[in-house]
Amino acid sequence: MNHFERDSETAVKKSREIRDRMSGNEAVAHAIRQIDPDVMPAFPITPSTEIPQMVSTFIANGEIGTEFIPVESEHSAMSAAIGAEAAGARTITATSSAGLALMWEELLLAASNRLPVVLALVNRTLSGPININCDHSDGMGARDTGWIQIYAENNQEAYDNYIQAFPIAEDPRVHLPVMICQDGFITSHAVENISLLEDEAVKAFVGQYDPEEFLLNPGKPVSVGPYAISDYSMEAKKAQEDAMERAGSVILETADRFCRISGRQYGFFEEYRTEDADYVLLLMGSAAGTAKAAVDRLREQGVRAGVIKLRVFRPFPAAELAEAVRRTGCKALAILDRCESYNGVGGPLGSEVTQALYRAKVYTETVNYIYGLAGRDFTVDHVFGIVDELQAVAEGRCKAPDHKYIGLRS
Amino acid sequence: MRDTVEIRWHGRGGQGAKTAALLLADVAFQTGRYVQGFPEYGPERMGAPITAYNRISRSAIRIHSNIYQPDYVAVVDETLLHSVNVTDGLKPGGAVIINTSKTTEEVRPLLKGYKGAVYTVNARAISERTLGRNFPNTPMLAAVTAVTGVMDKESFFREIRASFTHKFARKPEVIEGNMKALEAAYAAVENELEAQTCVRRSA
Repeated sequence: MNHFERDSETAVKKSREIRDRMSGNEAVAHAIRQIDPDVMPAFPITPSTEIPQMVSTFIANGEIGTEFIPVESEHSAMSAAIGAEAAGARTITATSSAGLALMWEELLLAASNRLPVVLALVNRTLSGPININCDHSDGMGARDTGWIQIYAENNQEAYDNYIQAFPIAEDPRVHLPVMICQDGFITSHAVENISLLEDEAVKAFVGQYDPEEFLLNPGKPVSVGPYAISDYSMEAKKAQEDAMERAGSVILETADRFCRISGRQYGFFEEYRTEDADYVLLLMGSAAGTAKAAVDRLREQGVRAGVIKLRVFRPFPAAELAEAVRRTGCKALAILDRCESYNGVGGPLGSEVTQALYRAKVYTETVNYIYGLAGRDFTVDHVFGIVDELQAVAEGRCKAPDHKYIGLRS
Repeated sequence: MRDTVEIRWHGRGGQGAKTAALLLADVAFQTGRYVQGFPEYGPERMGAPITAYNRISRSAIRIHSNIYQPDYVAVVDETLLHSVNVTDGLKPGGAVIINTSKTTEEVRPLLKGYKGAVYTVNARAISERTLGRNFPNTPMLAAVTAVTGVMDKESFFREIRASFTHKFARKPEVIEGNMKALEAAYAAVENELEAQTCVRRSA
């Protein structure tokens, strides 16, 4: 069955809503049980350990037929995932932090060999100091490896994004691996309400994986991972970049199709109360929920604040984001990074968003804040402080700092 | 019940404060509430101080941060009173619920000048009597439910039994002991609530 055949009547039928409560890790494991992928190589690492643990239980109970490969490291986990996917099997894995770092070489191989592996990343800081808590330095460290990256605010989005990952990754126009990211502990270990879809609805939506080319196909032999001399390597890399560009429209098509079964509409980003906003915060992950709650309180006090929550980081929706900022007509924009780039001027989101704004000739004041490193809590009071500072910048009472830490001990 | 009730749990790694917070979220969900139950991990080891949190609300919860001004505080291990300011940020009109063999008057001097309501429950004794071992989180769960009123007594016992039946599907023999632990703790706190109300009325 190819991508287009997924759009059958059953695939677009709205699912019955199943109200439940579970953690973000349970939500991803639940989606895996519903999808029943072919192969899962994994090595446990906090805070993503529960995902392979729960999947192993589903397998032991006979609920799914997934082949679980217990490997001796994350380097091997991604290597095995590449082998399985190249053989034509729908393959998944899960990891965090140093586990993703140890996969680095293979992340590039999965992407450049155009293998649609789906990886559940439970974001955790990288050492040192050694620490188990959330920031985005693991995901951001892999931002140039050629993987699609989608970030979640809560367990619901982690579940919904995970289900959408397969039709995006496996689409013939894309054929790229996807990283579905959620905040370690903050959502992975928090039990919250969630609306689940029926098993049949998820299965129909994701469809059967039927790759056009695969290793174990005597009728159509292919070579995977060959050497390419300089005459051809650059074309291969450009073809990979073209696929990443095409992924944008496939992500939006998939989101529309997902809305038809779930009633929940996704895009590259979410604009929350930004229509007339003077001050806007642009950020990713669980902190967006906290920012929305803070914006509601600010609006009650007459402060016109809003939030742009970036969902899709790769491909980076530069033009669309810049247009969204232009539409707000805001006086100042805070760009929040849960990651440090150690470049002396800001975080990765700060660099990419300001580049997008400049190219689109949107010359609003921006401040790049670094927050929440290694699990440092991010609160509504922090948002109030940021909006106060944006007001001061907009009114000319202070110069915009280009790079500033939030919640640092004095 | 106000729109959102926020609860902070203090315990030590291995005592089940996190499990209690998750179970409370579970039963509150079953009574139709929006819930959050989540732990905050420091060093990952047995005996280290840990915190866990609950938000229970009539409307959807979006905040994803720890709780600094809780409505209620539960202390699963009384030795923490010497090292942690458990009532920090506790809202006026709230209460702290402590697992201890001491009386309210005896523990109050350990609460660093805190003036609000204090409830004590001997969760250790109840657990040892009903479960044969020290699992203080189960009695504490009942005590917290009784004091906070996040759900009525009947709903609590109905839903927690259902939750235990699911949780202990492979060892159903422990369900009755856990139910007895909950009942004993709930009754003890009901008595204390009644006694404190009488004291306030006569004062």
